Amino acid sequence: MLQINNLHAMVGGTEILKGLTLSLNPGEIHAIMGPNGAGKSTLSYVLGGRPGYDVTDGSVTFNGADLFDMPPHERAAAGLFLGFQYPVEIPGVSNVQFLREALNAQRKARGEEPLSGGEFLKLARAQADAMGMDMDMLKRPVNVGFSGGEKKRNEMVQMGILDPSLAILDETDSGLDIDALRVVGEGINRIMRKPDKAVLLITHYQRLLDYVKPDFVHVLADGRIVRSGGAELAHELEREGYRELAA
Amino acid sequence: MNAMLLPTRKDEAWRYADLDALARVWPVAAPEQIIVASGQAETRYLIQSAADGAVAIHQLAITLEAGSRLDFHVLNAGGAYGRVSLDVTLKDGAHFELGGVILGTGEQVLEIVTTVTHAEPNATSNQVVRSVLGGHATGSYLGKVAVARDAQKTDASQSVKAMLLDRTATANAKPELEIYADDVKCAHGATVGELDKAALFYLASRGLPPAEAKQLLLQAFVAGVFEGAEAQEALTSAALVKLGAMV
Repeated sequence: MLQINNLHAMVGGTEILKGLTLSLNPGEIHAIMGPNGAGKSTLSYVLGGRPGYDVTDGSVTFNGADLFDMPPHERAAAGLFLGFQYPVEIPGVSNVQFLREALNAQRKARGEEPLSGGEFLKLARAQADAMGMDMDMLKRPVNVGFSGGEKKRNEMVQMGILDPSLAILDETDSGLDIDALRVVGEGINRIMRKPDKAVLLITHYQRLLDYVKPDFVHVLADGRIVRSGGAELAHELEREGYRELAA
Repeated sequence: MNAMLLPTRKDEAWRYADLDALARVWPVAAPEQIIVASGQAETRYLIQSAADGAVAIHQLAITLEAGSRLDFHVLNAGGAYGRVSLDVTLKDGAHFELGGVILGTGEQVLEIVTTVTHAEPNATSNQVVRSVLGGHATGSYLGKVAVARDAQKTDASQSVKAMLLDRTATANAKPELEIYADDVKCAHGATVGELDKAALFYLASRGLPPAEAKQLLLQAFVAGVFEGAEAQEALTSAALVKLGAMV
Protein backbone atom coordinates (compact mmCIF):
# COMPACT_ATOMS: atom_id res chain seq x y z
CA MET A 1 0.00 0.00 0.00
CA LEU A 2 2.76 2.45 0.98
CA GLN A 3 6.35 2.06 -0.16
CA ILE A 4 8.89 4.52 1.18
CA ASN A 5 12.23 4.10 -0.50
CA ASN A 6 15.47 5.85 0.53
CA LEU A 7 13.58 9.00 1.53
CA HIS A 8 15.65 12.11 2.15
CA ALA A 9 13.97 15.35 3.26
CA MET A 10 15.04 18.78 4.42
CA VAL A 11 13.38 21.34 6.63
CA GLY A 12 14.72 24.88 6.65
CA GLY A 13 17.97 23.82 4.98
CA THR A 14 18.68 20.97 7.41
CA GLU A 15 18.49 17.35 6.32
CA ILE A 16 16.20 15.52 8.73
CA LEU A 17 15.33 12.30 6.89
CA LYS A 18 18.45 10.56 5.63
CA GLY A 19 17.48 7.51 3.63
CA LEU A 20 14.34 6.12 5.22
CA THR A 21 12.96 2.90 3.76
CA LEU A 22 9.71 1.32 4.90
CA SER A 23 6.89 -0.71 3.42
CA LEU A 24 3.30 -1.06 4.64
CA ASN A 25 0.89 -3.70 3.36
CA PRO A 26 -2.89 -3.71 3.74
CA GLY A 27 -4.01 -5.10 7.10
CA GLU A 28 -0.84 -4.00 8.89
CA ILE A 29 -0.25 -1.61 11.75
CA HIS A 30 3.27 -0.27 11.99
CA ALA A 31 4.61 1.72 14.89
CA ILE A 32 7.52 4.09 14.47
CA MET A 33 9.24 4.96 17.70
CA GLY A 34 12.22 7.11 18.31
CA PRO A 35 13.79 9.77 20.43
CA ASN A 36 12.97 13.46 20.08
CA GLY A 37 14.54 14.95 17.00
CA ALA A 38 14.79 11.63 15.15
CA GLY A 39 12.54 12.89 12.35
CA LYS A 40 9.21 11.34 13.38
CA SER A 41 7.05 14.43 12.82
CA THR A 42 9.00 15.34 9.69
CA LEU A 43 8.12 11.95 8.24
CA SER A 44 4.41 12.52 8.88
CA TYR A 45 4.48 16.03 7.38
CA VAL A 46 6.43 14.89 4.32
CA LEU A 47 3.88 12.13 3.73
CA GLY A 48 1.02 14.61 4.25
CA GLY A 49 2.62 17.18 1.92
CA ARG A 50 3.10 20.11 4.25
CA PRO A 51 4.72 23.11 2.53
CA GLY A 52 8.27 23.76 3.71
CA TYR A 53 9.24 20.09 3.86
CA ASP A 54 11.40 19.40 0.83
CA VAL A 55 12.04 15.93 -0.50
CA THR A 56 15.58 15.81 -1.85
CA ASP A 57 15.90 12.14 -2.75
CA GLY A 58 14.05 8.83 -2.73
CA SER A 59 10.45 8.00 -3.54
CA VAL A 60 7.11 7.20 -1.94
CA THR A 61 4.38 5.30 -3.74
CA PHE A 62 0.85 5.03 -2.40
CA ASN A 63 -1.23 2.29 -4.01
CA GLY A 64 1.17 2.37 -6.93
CA ALA A 65 0.97 6.14 -7.53
CA ASP A 66 3.78 8.62 -6.86
CA LEU A 67 2.71 10.33 -3.64
CA PHE A 68 4.73 13.45 -4.38
CA ASP A 69 2.81 14.02 -7.62
CA MET A 70 -0.27 14.77 -5.53
CA PRO A 71 -0.98 17.96 -3.58
CA PRO A 72 -2.20 17.38 0.01
CA HIS A 73 -5.92 17.41 -0.80
CA GLU A 74 -5.48 14.80 -3.52
CA ARG A 75 -3.57 12.56 -1.11
CA ALA A 76 -6.57 12.80 1.22
CA ALA A 77 -8.96 11.91 -1.60
CA ALA A 78 -6.73 8.95 -2.47
CA GLY A 79 -7.28 7.63 1.06
CA LEU A 80 -4.49 9.07 3.16
CA PHE A 81 -5.31 10.57 6.56
CA LEU A 82 -2.84 12.55 8.64
CA GLY A 83 -3.52 12.70 12.37
CA PHE A 84 -1.89 15.82 13.79
CA GLN A 85 0.21 15.96 16.92
CA TYR A 86 -1.11 19.49 17.41
CA PRO A 87 -4.51 19.77 15.69
CA VAL A 88 -5.04 23.31 14.40
CA GLU A 89 -7.68 25.64 15.84
CA ILE A 90 -9.80 27.37 13.21
CA PRO A 91 -12.04 30.11 14.65
CA GLY A 92 -15.34 30.68 12.88
CA VAL A 93 -15.36 27.41 10.93
CA SER A 94 -17.64 24.78 12.39
CA ASN A 95 -16.43 21.19 12.52
CA VAL A 96 -19.49 19.81 10.77
CA GLN A 97 -19.42 22.37 7.96
CA PHE A 98 -15.71 21.81 7.34
CA LEU A 99 -15.96 18.02 7.51
CA ARG A 100 -18.94 17.87 5.21
CA GLU A 101 -17.18 20.05 2.65
CA ALA A 102 -13.99 18.01 3.03
CA LEU A 103 -15.77 14.67 2.69
CA ASN A 104 -17.76 15.84 -0.32
CA ALA A 105 -14.63 17.27 -1.95
CA GLN A 106 -13.01 13.84 -1.51
CA ARG A 107 -16.09 12.08 -2.89
CA LYS A 108 -16.19 14.42 -5.87
CA ALA A 109 -12.51 13.75 -6.60
CA ARG A 110 -13.28 10.02 -6.55
CA GLY A 111 -16.31 10.46 -8.83
CA GLU A 112 -18.83 9.70 -6.06
CA GLU A 113 -22.08 11.50 -5.30
CA PRO A 114 -21.96 14.08 -2.48
CA LEU A 115 -23.68 13.27 0.81
CA SER A 116 -26.75 15.34 1.65
CA GLY A 117 -26.86 17.36 4.86
CA GLY A 118 -29.02 14.70 6.52
CA GLU A 119 -26.85 11.78 5.43
CA PHE A 120 -23.74 13.58 6.59
CA LEU A 121 -25.16 14.46 10.01
CA LYS A 122 -26.17 10.85 10.55
CA LEU A 123 -22.62 9.71 9.77
CA ALA A 124 -21.08 12.46 11.93
CA ARG A 125 -23.37 11.65 14.85
CA ALA A 126 -22.47 7.95 14.73
CA GLN A 127 -18.75 8.73 14.68
CA ALA A 128 -19.01 11.32 17.45
CA ASP A 129 -21.01 8.86 19.59
CA ALA A 130 -18.41 6.17 19.05
CA MET A 131 -15.70 8.52 20.35
CA GLY A 132 -17.82 9.72 23.28
CA MET A 133 -17.94 13.22 21.82
CA ASP A 134 -20.95 15.44 22.24
CA MET A 135 -22.65 16.43 18.98
CA ASP A 136 -22.74 20.05 20.21
CA MET A 137 -18.97 19.99 20.29
CA LEU A 138 -18.89 18.90 16.68
CA LYS A 139 -20.89 21.98 15.76
CA ARG A 140 -18.39 24.30 17.45
CA PRO A 141 -15.49 25.91 15.60
CA VAL A 142 -12.73 23.43 14.72
CA ASN A 143 -10.71 22.64 17.86
CA VAL A 144 -11.29 26.12 19.35
CA GLY A 145 -11.28 25.88 23.13
CA PHE A 146 -10.85 22.10 23.03
CA SER A 147 -8.57 20.46 25.60
CA GLY A 148 -5.61 18.42 24.35
CA GLY A 149 -7.62 15.22 24.80
CA GLU A 150 -10.68 16.64 23.05
CA LYS A 151 -8.56 17.65 20.07
CA LYS A 152 -7.24 14.11 19.72
CA ARG A 153 -10.74 12.68 20.02
CA ASN A 154 -11.81 15.10 17.33
CA GLU A 155 -9.02 13.80 15.10
CA MET A 156 -10.43 10.31 15.55
CA VAL A 157 -13.99 11.50 14.80
CA GLN A 158 -12.66 13.08 11.60
CA MET A 159 -10.84 9.88 10.72
CA GLY A 160 -14.04 7.90 11.28
CA ILE A 161 -16.03 10.23 9.03
CA LEU A 162 -13.43 10.38 6.25
CA ASP A 163 -12.79 6.60 6.46
CA PRO A 164 -9.24 6.55 4.98
CA SER A 165 -7.38 3.45 3.82
CA LEU A 166 -4.08 4.66 5.30
CA ALA A 167 -3.74 6.61 8.54
CA ILE A 168 -0.51 8.30 9.56
CA LEU A 169 -0.96 9.23 13.19
CA ASP A 170 1.63 11.59 14.61
CA GLU A 171 1.89 11.27 18.39
CA THR A 172 -1.84 10.81 18.70
CA ASP A 173 -1.21 9.71 22.29
CA SER A 174 0.51 12.89 23.43
CA GLY A 175 -1.49 14.96 25.90
CA LEU A 176 -3.94 12.16 26.69
CA ASP A 177 -4.86 10.92 30.14
CA ILE A 178 -5.27 7.19 30.63
CA ASP A 179 -9.03 7.14 29.89
CA ALA A 180 -8.70 9.21 26.75
CA LEU A 181 -5.81 7.02 25.67
CA ARG A 182 -8.04 3.96 25.84
CA VAL A 183 -10.87 5.68 23.93
CA VAL A 184 -8.50 6.87 21.21
CA GLY A 185 -6.80 3.46 21.02
CA GLU A 186 -10.17 1.74 20.62
CA GLY A 187 -11.09 4.29 17.96
CA ILE A 188 -7.99 3.48 15.94
CA ASN A 189 -8.78 -0.25 16.16
CA ARG A 190 -12.43 0.22 15.26
CA ILE A 191 -11.83 2.46 12.27
CA MET A 192 -8.55 1.14 10.91
CA ARG A 193 -8.01 -2.47 12.03
CA LYS A 194 -9.31 -3.93 8.76
CA PRO A 195 -7.80 -6.20 6.10
CA ASP A 196 -7.80 -3.44 3.47
CA LYS A 197 -6.38 -0.67 5.66
CA ALA A 198 -3.03 0.22 7.15
CA VAL A 199 -1.76 2.46 9.94
CA LEU A 200 1.55 4.16 10.58
CA LEU A 201 1.57 5.00 14.25
CA ILE A 202 4.23 7.51 15.20
CA THR A 203 4.84 7.62 18.90
CA HIS A 204 7.42 8.40 21.51
CA TYR A 205 6.01 6.12 24.19
CA GLN A 206 4.98 2.50 24.32
CA ARG A 207 1.72 3.14 26.21
CA LEU A 208 -0.57 3.61 23.17
CA LEU A 209 0.69 0.26 21.91
CA ASP A 210 -0.99 -1.40 24.90
CA TYR A 211 -4.27 -0.55 23.18
CA VAL A 212 -3.28 -0.70 19.52
CA LYS A 213 -1.16 -3.79 18.97
CA PRO A 214 1.32 -3.13 16.19
CA ASP A 215 2.32 -5.87 13.77
CA PHE A 216 5.69 -4.21 13.30
CA VAL A 217 7.74 -1.78 15.34
CA HIS A 218 10.53 0.34 13.86
CA VAL A 219 13.08 2.48 15.58
CA LEU A 220 13.77 5.82 13.90
CA ALA A 221 16.99 7.52 14.82
CA ASP A 222 18.80 10.31 13.03
CA GLY A 223 16.52 10.15 9.99
CA ARG A 224 16.74 6.40 9.32
CA ILE A 225 15.08 3.19 10.46
CA VAL A 226 17.80 1.60 12.55
CA ARG A 227 15.91 -1.42 13.79
CA SER A 228 12.69 -3.28 13.03
CA GLY A 229 10.89 -6.03 14.87
CA GLY A 230 7.56 -7.21 16.22
CA ALA A 231 5.45 -5.82 19.05
CA GLU A 232 8.00 -7.07 21.59
CA LEU A 233 10.51 -4.46 20.33
CA ALA A 234 8.37 -1.72 21.86
CA HIS A 235 8.66 -3.30 25.30
CA GLU A 236 12.36 -3.72 24.84
CA LEU A 237 12.63 -0.01 24.00
CA GLU A 238 10.62 0.93 27.05
CA ARG A 239 13.00 -1.10 29.22
CA GLU A 240 16.30 -0.27 27.62
CA GLY A 241 15.73 3.22 26.25
CA TYR A 242 16.54 4.38 22.74
CA ARG A 243 20.22 4.92 23.24
CA GLU A 244 21.08 1.24 23.54
CA LEU A 245 18.97 0.09 20.61
CA ALA A 246 19.82 2.84 18.22
CA ALA A 247 23.55 2.39 18.76
CA MET B 1 -14.58 72.79 2.43
CA ASN B 2 -16.67 74.03 -0.45
CA ALA B 3 -18.87 71.09 -1.36
CA MET B 4 -18.43 71.78 -5.05
CA LEU B 5 -14.65 71.62 -5.02
CA LEU B 6 -13.07 68.27 -5.74
CA PRO B 7 -11.35 67.01 -2.59
CA THR B 8 -7.59 66.59 -2.55
CA ARG B 9 -5.26 64.21 -0.70
CA LYS B 10 -4.84 66.91 1.92
CA ASP B 11 -8.43 66.32 2.99
CA GLU B 12 -7.93 63.67 5.65
CA ALA B 13 -11.20 61.90 4.82
CA TRP B 14 -10.13 61.54 1.16
CA ARG B 15 -6.52 60.60 1.80
CA TYR B 16 -6.74 57.12 0.27
CA ALA B 17 -9.47 57.89 -2.26
CA ASP B 18 -9.24 57.29 -6.00
CA LEU B 19 -9.49 60.98 -6.91
CA ASP B 20 -9.32 60.38 -10.65
CA ALA B 21 -12.32 58.10 -10.42
CA LEU B 22 -14.04 60.58 -8.13
CA ALA B 23 -13.54 63.37 -10.68
CA ARG B 24 -15.62 61.36 -13.16
CA VAL B 25 -18.72 61.63 -10.97
CA TRP B 26 -18.04 64.95 -9.21
CA PRO B 27 -19.95 66.77 -7.87
CA VAL B 28 -21.75 64.02 -6.00
CA ALA B 29 -25.23 64.30 -4.55
CA ALA B 30 -25.68 65.73 -1.08
CA PRO B 31 -25.63 63.10 1.68
CA GLU B 32 -28.81 61.15 2.26
CA GLN B 33 -30.34 62.15 5.60
CA ILE B 34 -31.47 59.53 8.07
CA ILE B 35 -33.05 60.52 11.36
CA VAL B 36 -34.03 57.89 13.87
CA ALA B 37 -36.64 59.31 16.21
CA SER B 38 -36.28 59.26 19.94
CA GLY B 39 -36.65 55.77 21.41
CA GLN B 40 -36.90 54.07 18.00
CA ALA B 41 -34.72 51.26 16.67
CA GLU B 42 -33.98 50.92 12.99
CA THR B 43 -31.87 48.70 10.79
CA ARG B 44 -30.39 49.63 7.44
CA TYR B 45 -28.13 47.88 5.01
CA LEU B 46 -26.22 48.66 1.88
CA ILE B 47 -24.80 46.26 -0.69
CA GLN B 48 -22.38 48.18 -2.86
CA SER B 49 -21.92 45.88 -5.83
CA ALA B 50 -21.52 48.36 -8.69
CA ALA B 51 -20.41 47.08 -12.09
CA ASP B 52 -16.73 46.68 -12.94
CA GLY B 53 -15.13 50.06 -13.55
CA ALA B 54 -18.02 52.03 -12.06
CA VAL B 55 -17.71 54.67 -9.36
CA ALA B 56 -20.09 54.40 -6.44
CA ILE B 57 -20.24 57.08 -3.75
CA HIS B 58 -22.69 56.61 -0.90
CA GLN B 59 -22.82 59.40 1.67
CA LEU B 60 -25.16 59.30 4.61
CA ALA B 61 -25.77 61.81 7.38
CA ILE B 62 -27.39 60.06 10.30
CA THR B 63 -28.87 61.54 13.45
CA LEU B 64 -29.85 59.27 16.28
CA GLU B 65 -32.21 61.05 18.67
CA ALA B 66 -32.17 60.32 22.41
CA GLY B 67 -32.50 56.63 23.26
CA SER B 68 -32.69 55.51 19.64
CA ARG B 69 -30.65 52.83 17.91
CA LEU B 70 -29.46 52.15 14.39
CA ASP B 71 -27.86 48.95 13.15
CA PHE B 72 -26.13 49.59 9.84
CA HIS B 73 -24.57 46.81 7.77
CA VAL B 74 -22.62 47.42 4.62
CA LEU B 75 -20.87 45.30 2.03
CA ASN B 76 -18.51 47.41 -0.06
CA ALA B 77 -17.40 45.20 -2.93
CA GLY B 78 -18.19 46.61 -6.38
CA GLY B 79 -16.85 49.09 -8.90
CA ALA B 80 -13.44 50.61 -9.53
CA TYR B 81 -13.94 53.05 -6.69
CA GLY B 82 -16.51 52.44 -3.97
CA ARG B 83 -16.89 54.77 -1.04
CA VAL B 84 -19.35 54.58 1.81
CA SER B 85 -19.21 57.49 4.20
CA LEU B 86 -21.32 57.82 7.31
CA ASP B 87 -21.57 60.94 9.38
CA VAL B 88 -23.35 59.93 12.56
CA THR B 89 -24.50 62.14 15.42
CA LEU B 90 -25.58 60.48 18.65
CA LYS B 91 -27.88 62.13 21.16
CA ASP B 92 -28.34 61.11 24.81
CA GLY B 93 -28.25 57.33 25.27
CA ALA B 94 -28.42 56.50 21.56
CA HIS B 95 -26.58 53.52 20.07
CA PHE B 96 -24.96 53.12 16.67
CA GLU B 97 -23.83 49.75 15.43
CA LEU B 98 -21.82 49.37 12.22
CA GLY B 99 -20.92 46.06 10.61
CA GLY B 100 -18.86 46.61 7.48
CA VAL B 101 -17.15 44.28 5.04
CA ILE B 102 -14.81 45.39 2.26
CA LEU B 103 -13.95 42.85 -0.42
CA GLY B 104 -11.55 44.14 -3.05
CA THR B 105 -9.58 42.66 -5.88
CA GLY B 106 -7.86 43.77 -9.08
CA GLU B 107 -7.30 47.53 -8.96
CA GLN B 108 -10.33 48.34 -6.82
CA VAL B 109 -10.23 51.17 -4.30
CA LEU B 110 -12.87 50.66 -1.62
CA GLU B 111 -13.39 52.60 1.56
CA ILE B 112 -15.61 53.01 4.55
CA VAL B 113 -15.26 56.41 6.17
CA THR B 114 -17.10 57.22 9.37
CA THR B 115 -17.40 60.15 11.71
CA VAL B 116 -19.31 59.23 14.83
CA THR B 117 -20.02 62.18 17.05
CA HIS B 118 -21.13 61.49 20.58
CA ALA B 119 -22.81 64.85 21.05
CA GLU B 120 -24.56 64.07 24.34
CA PRO B 121 -23.92 61.81 27.36
CA ASN B 122 -24.56 58.07 27.61
CA ALA B 123 -24.41 57.26 23.91
CA THR B 124 -22.66 54.12 22.71
CA SER B 125 -21.24 53.06 19.37
CA ASN B 126 -19.65 49.90 18.06
CA GLN B 127 -17.99 49.61 14.69
CA VAL B 128 -16.69 46.35 13.24
CA VAL B 129 -15.04 46.32 9.82
CA ARG B 130 -13.43 43.35 8.09
CA SER B 131 -11.59 43.65 4.78
CA VAL B 132 -10.29 41.02 2.41
CA LEU B 133 -8.01 42.39 -0.28
CA GLY B 134 -6.30 40.72 -3.19
CA GLY B 135 -4.43 41.77 -6.34
CA HIS B 136 -3.60 45.48 -6.26
CA ALA B 137 -6.74 46.48 -4.40
CA THR B 138 -6.78 49.12 -1.69
CA GLY B 139 -9.22 48.87 1.18
CA SER B 140 -9.48 51.62 3.76
CA TYR B 141 -11.33 52.27 6.94
CA LEU B 142 -11.11 55.79 8.31
CA GLY B 143 -13.08 56.06 11.48
CA LYS B 144 -13.25 59.17 13.60
CA VAL B 145 -14.96 59.15 16.96
CA ALA B 146 -15.59 62.60 18.39
CA VAL B 147 -16.77 62.97 21.95
CA ALA B 148 -18.25 66.36 22.83
CA ARG B 149 -17.32 68.21 26.01
CA ASP B 150 -20.29 67.09 28.06
CA ALA B 151 -20.78 63.66 26.52
CA GLN B 152 -19.89 61.75 29.69
CA LYS B 153 -20.36 57.97 29.87
CA THR B 154 -19.65 57.65 26.17
CA ASP B 155 -18.72 54.11 25.22
CA ALA B 156 -17.28 53.81 21.72
CA SER B 157 -15.40 50.93 20.16
CA GLN B 158 -13.86 50.24 16.80
CA SER B 159 -12.50 46.91 15.60
CA VAL B 160 -10.80 46.80 12.22
CA LYS B 161 -9.18 43.73 10.72
CA ALA B 162 -7.85 43.23 7.23
CA MET B 163 -6.70 40.10 5.46
CA LEU B 164 -4.34 40.42 2.52
CA LEU B 165 -4.46 37.65 -0.08
CA ASP B 166 -1.52 39.10 -1.97
CA ARG B 167 1.43 41.19 -0.86
CA THR B 168 0.50 43.68 -3.60
CA ALA B 169 -2.79 44.61 -1.94
CA THR B 170 -3.07 47.49 0.52
CA ALA B 171 -5.08 47.87 3.70
CA ASN B 172 -5.40 51.20 5.50
CA ALA B 173 -6.94 51.33 8.94
CA LYS B 174 -7.16 54.62 10.70
CA PRO B 175 -9.20 54.82 13.86
CA GLU B 176 -9.11 58.35 15.25
CA LEU B 177 -10.31 59.72 18.56
CA GLU B 178 -11.15 63.29 19.48
CA ILE B 179 -12.28 63.43 23.07
CA TYR B 180 -13.39 66.47 25.05
CA ALA B 181 -15.09 64.65 27.93
CA ASP B 182 -13.28 62.91 30.78
CA ASP B 183 -15.55 60.02 31.74
CA VAL B 184 -15.54 58.01 28.52
CA LYS B 185 -14.54 54.59 27.23
CA CYS B 186 -13.12 54.49 23.73
CA ALA B 187 -11.54 51.26 22.51
CA HIS B 188 -10.04 50.56 19.15
CA GLY B 189 -8.03 47.80 17.56
CA ALA B 190 -6.66 47.29 14.09
CA THR B 191 -4.82 44.35 12.57
CA VAL B 192 -3.63 43.38 9.11
CA GLY B 193 -2.82 39.75 8.44
CA GLU B 194 -2.63 36.92 5.97
CA LEU B 195 -4.38 33.56 5.81
CA ASP B 196 -3.11 31.12 8.43
CA LYS B 197 -0.88 28.65 6.58
CA ALA B 198 -1.19 26.01 9.28
CA ALA B 199 -4.97 26.17 9.00
CA LEU B 200 -4.79 25.93 5.20
CA PHE B 201 -2.65 22.80 5.42
CA TYR B 202 -4.96 21.29 8.03
CA LEU B 203 -7.97 21.82 5.76
CA ALA B 204 -6.06 20.48 2.73
CA SER B 205 -5.03 17.37 4.67
CA ARG B 206 -8.74 16.61 5.11
CA GLY B 207 -9.36 16.85 1.38
CA LEU B 208 -10.32 20.45 0.72
CA PRO B 209 -8.81 21.88 -2.50
CA PRO B 210 -6.88 25.16 -1.96
CA ALA B 211 -9.58 27.51 -3.28
CA GLU B 212 -12.27 25.91 -1.12
CA ALA B 213 -10.02 25.97 1.94
CA LYS B 214 -9.27 29.66 1.42
CA GLN B 215 -12.90 30.49 0.88
CA LEU B 216 -13.88 28.67 4.07
CA LEU B 217 -11.34 30.65 6.12
CA LEU B 218 -12.32 33.97 4.54
CA GLN B 219 -15.99 33.22 5.06
CA ALA B 220 -15.24 32.67 8.75
CA PHE B 221 -13.26 35.91 8.84
CA VAL B 222 -16.16 38.05 7.61
CA ALA B 223 -19.15 35.96 8.74
CA GLY B 224 -19.63 37.43 12.19
CA VAL B 225 -20.04 40.95 10.83
CA PHE B 226 -23.44 40.28 9.27
CA GLU B 227 -24.77 38.15 12.10
CA GLY B 228 -28.18 39.40 13.15
CA ALA B 229 -28.36 41.88 10.27
CA GLU B 230 -31.74 42.70 8.77
CA ALA B 231 -30.58 41.36 5.43
CA GLN B 232 -28.09 38.81 6.74
CA GLU B 233 -28.78 36.37 3.93
CA ALA B 234 -28.55 38.89 1.12
CA LEU B 235 -25.37 40.44 2.56
CA THR B 236 -23.75 37.08 3.24
CA SER B 237 -24.57 35.57 -0.12
CA ALA B 238 -23.34 38.67 -1.96
CA ALA B 239 -20.12 38.45 0.07
CA LEU B 240 -19.74 34.76 -0.76
CA VAL B 241 -20.16 35.40 -4.48
CA LYS B 242 -17.41 38.00 -4.36
CA LEU B 243 -15.13 35.86 -2.17
CA GLY B 244 -15.62 32.93 -4.54
CA ALA B 245 -14.34 35.09 -7.39
CA MET B 246 -11.36 36.27 -5.34
CA VAL B 247 -9.72 33.00 -4.23
